[in-house]
Amino acid sequence: MVAIPSVTRTPMTRNRTAIWLLGIAIVLTILQYSGVLPAWLHRIPDAMIPPAAIWLDVFFNFVKDDLGLLKFTRFLTAGLENVLDTSGNIFYGKRRWPNLGPIPWTAIAGVAVVVGYYLGGWRLAVLGGGTFIWTALIGQWKIAMETMSVLVVAAPLAFVIGLSLGIAAWKYAWVDKTIKPVLSVLQTLPFFTYLLPAVIFFKVGPTAGAVATTIYAIPPMILMTTLGLQKVSPEVVEAGKMSGCSKFQMLRHVYIPSARTEILVGVNQVIMLCLAMVVLTAFIGMPGLGAKLLAMMGSFKLGRSFEIGVTIVLLAVTLDRMSKAWVVKQPEHFEKGTSWVNRHKTLVLAIAVFIGFTLLSFVLPIAGTIGRGQDFSQGKELDNLIKGFLAIDIVQSITYGIRYFLNVWILNPFRDFMLSIPTPAMIMVVAAFAVWLGGKREGVIAVIFFGLVALSGWWDRSIITLYSVLAAVSIAMLLGIPIGVLAARSDKWSQRVLLACDTAQTFPSFIYLIPAIMLFGITATAVVGSILIFAMVPLIRYTIEGLRTVPPEMTEAADMAGATRMQKLVNVQLPLALPTMAVGFNQAIMFAFFMVIIAAFIGTQDLGQELQRTLAGTDLGKNFVLGICVSLMALTFDLVIMKWAADKKKALGLP
Amino acid sequence: MSTERPVISCKNVWKLFGADPEKYLAKMSSDMSFDDMREDGYIAGVKDVSLDVFKGEMLVIMGLSGSGKSTLVRCFSRLHEITGGTIEVDGQDIMSLPEKDLIDLRRSKMGMVFQSFGLLPHRSVLDNVAFPLEMRGQDKHTRRARALEVIKLVGLEGREEYFPRELSGGQQQRVGIARSLAIEPDIWFLDEPFSALDPLIRREMQDEFLRLQQLLNKTIVFITHDFDEALRLADRIAIMKDGAVEQCDTPDQIVLHPATEYVRKFTEDIDKARVVHAGVLAKADQPGTGDPVDTGMTVHKLARLLVNDKRDFIPVTRDGASIGAMSRSEALDILLGAE
Repeated sequence: MVAIPSVTRTPMTRNRTAIWLLGIAIVLTILQYSGVLPAWLHRIPDAMIPPAAIWLDVFFNFVKDDLGLLKFTRFLTAGLENVLDTSGNIFYGKRRWPNLGPIPWTAIAGVAVVVGYYLGGWRLAVLGGGTFIWTALIGQWKIAMETMSVLVVAAPLAFVIGLSLGIAAWKYAWVDKTIKPVLSVLQTLPFFTYLLPAVIFFKVGPTAGAVATTIYAIPPMILMTTLGLQKVSPEVVEAGKMSGCSKFQMLRHVYIPSARTEILVGVNQVIMLCLAMVVLTAFIGMPGLGAKLLAMMGSFKLGRSFEIGVTIVLLAVTLDRMSKAWVVKQPEHFEKGTSWVNRHKTLVLAIAVFIGFTLLSFVLPIAGTIGRGQDFSQGKELDNLIKGFLAIDIVQSITYGIRYFLNVWILNPFRDFMLSIPTPAMIMVVAAFAVWLGGKREGVIAVIFFGLVALSGWWDRSIITLYSVLAAVSIAMLLGIPIGVLAARSDKWSQRVLLACDTAQTFPSFIYLIPAIMLFGITATAVVGSILIFAMVPLIRYTIEGLRTVPPEMTEAADMAGATRMQKLVNVQLPLALPTMAVGFNQAIMFAFFMVIIAAFIGTQDLGQELQRTLAGTDLGKNFVLGICVSLMALTFDLVIMKWAADKKKALGLP
Repeated sequence: MSTERPVISCKNVWKLFGADPEKYLAKMSSDMSFDDMREDGYIAGVKDVSLDVFKGEMLVIMGLSGSGKSTLVRCFSRLHEITGGTIEVDGQDIMSLPEKDLIDLRRSKMGMVFQSFGLLPHRSVLDNVAFPLEMRGQDKHTRRARALEVIKLVGLEGREEYFPRELSGGQQQRVGIARSLAIEPDIWFLDEPFSALDPLIRREMQDEFLRLQQLLNKTIVFITHDFDEALRLADRIAIMKDGAVEQCDTPDQIVLHPATEYVRKFTEDIDKARVVHAGVLAKADQPGTGDPVDTGMTVHKLARLLVNDKRDFIPVTRDGASIGAMSRSEALDILLGAE
């Protein structure tokens, strides 16, 4: 007997509630336009707004000073500083103990070739070697190594903490229950909110940068560890028990090795998130590639920005491909009597290459460091080229045209309209959306979350943030979904586009600002542009995945029923792909919330701008209020859309 | 089979799955059926099972999937905690053992083979086989020597350095068998060891297994859902349904005298002549005349004799001594499949 899944269709009452809410919102808005709405119904009066920032400040000060947290973290800072100094010395020759560095660039590039070859053959060898040779020759070795020196400290730290917490969450249900909500808030919290506490508790510069980076990279490691441990096959566990393993032996010899794949996927994510964040810590004075990029973009030096962008992208792709190759790399056996050297060929070769190039650098200084003026940077020439290209009449009129059209006809009216909606009406619109897609519970949560945003006192800026997100994601859908649908039509194109999306997702988010600024200069259009590119990637990706995973017997049934391509797409493929596409849409919104904050750098009037301003001071309370506002809005969308996707999947009987 | 104390002895063992099984079992009425319990939200994995396993015997537990056979065997080694009843291993109540002693028991006395092998993917054949010895804290040299010995025993010589994914299914199960034998266990649990293999390989592994058993003479609890396999291997068969043992007896008796309708359905399509032995048919009060047959001969093997001989009763001997005689017509009925 087949059990009929107890799936609730969207009940009529739910739709009716949504329509009622929407109706009231429209009435309120019309009243507002006809000028009869009292002011206190349009915006919550200032007097009624609780001084949350001040309360938070009192609380933070209590924890910081009275409870002595600051002393404790400053103590940690000292230890971390030593580690960072050491790695700084080794990577770029900071004048600290052990005074050995910097490692010659040729040695690092050589080792990268050997490791790349070991992990993934010639292609990875060329990629690894090429990345470091490019970095050295373009004259960015030192700043790249400043970034790397923090990365090599933050990534292992995040790995160890994430792994331990992941094991704890798997083992004890109460840890899991405590950690889960914290993780979902952490993942939606704008990164500026990580930065200020890091600065206050861990001093400006590399230490704060390393701490913020570490914290940012921990959540996926926890999730992957727990997932991996839960997936270990029960028979393997029983085999371990019957072999007489003690509890620790079980963990050390059975669970962790069996969860190897998931743990290594976690490592890959830790590395990528660390790289993304370490670049962004430029905002709190962390030197390196990010700082340089920030400075170059700030002074509109497009050529150098582009070069640094290429370096960051190359580093990201190299680290990603190598760590992914490590995930799939399986142990292989050697025939009996293989000598030690042969069994450890890679290690021996890597050491030999390292020593060889280090010795070479004593004889040939250029193999050690590439000095000023010896590099091949074409920054100025590129700059002229790009600016020259942008100055061509046709190009200029096109970009100007787009900018004008978007700003005057779409973006600004849309923004002004959203700002004109009375606060309670806006909350009702969001609630209607939540009730309609998710259900009663989601509707209540939406009201609470947006209500809190209204009470924070930053309503207008929150709405501008929301507007940027919605505008960018809407345009991204108009462009991304057709691309996905077209690509999904053939295997070849699906693979190509998916590979491009995969690669694009490894880029640190900061990179997406470069093309936007190049095309639209430092304007509001560039803000939407950068979010647009960033948010389009998951949309395309999940559209393709959704369409490609429609069960073949269903498309075949449609074919046999004589459906045309279009009929098949509209009646069979899209409805079945919709839950997956919703996941992509959700990710696009999350990405957009993330990017809109970074875009504050270009100049916006939203929460991000205020957040960035708090970084200069010690306004922890305000910083948190702003961060939580972003988080609450993002969480509302996340909750509603994911609920809808899960319901829909269940109703369709999809896995 | 001997009359001495059983190696494993379980009395009124219950294993319930559900919200609060102990409490439910305590206040449950005795005539609850499997379906009644399921309606209350409880699944009876093992339902009031009493069973003894004797030294050197091979007990095959047979049942369809979900009948509780795997659950029962996991109670024997306390991979599952039982809800009620007692299980004694070598006279020791295993439910009262503290964790350390339980680990010691597994390290010294028990070996188990799993349906999907349960090999550790990151360890080579040699390291997988040596794993229980390593857990026991044996030094590298001895455990390597012992592991090589068992690997040779199961015929995997030369593959010591391979990893599980580089081996075929049959070879992987040989590794599983070698691992379970590494500590020289007294009790050997095999949970559907050959079910995941192709029919041809399965046959080959059964032969291999019988060879090993003749060599080692362990106490074995063997699980299968395949009645033919059970008949081929077992000293005794326990047939399970819905967590309860329907019948536990020798293959001959199960085929000749099925205790319940459920068991009878299993035996319907079986060629009884290949299962029933002369010894079972022998009646002690009948002397018989002429040349005797050995107790271990199946009716099938005696077919020609049964058809050609004219005697009504044929004497049966065990180790040369007479134990009675069997009725030729009764044996012929079995041979011809008459009801």
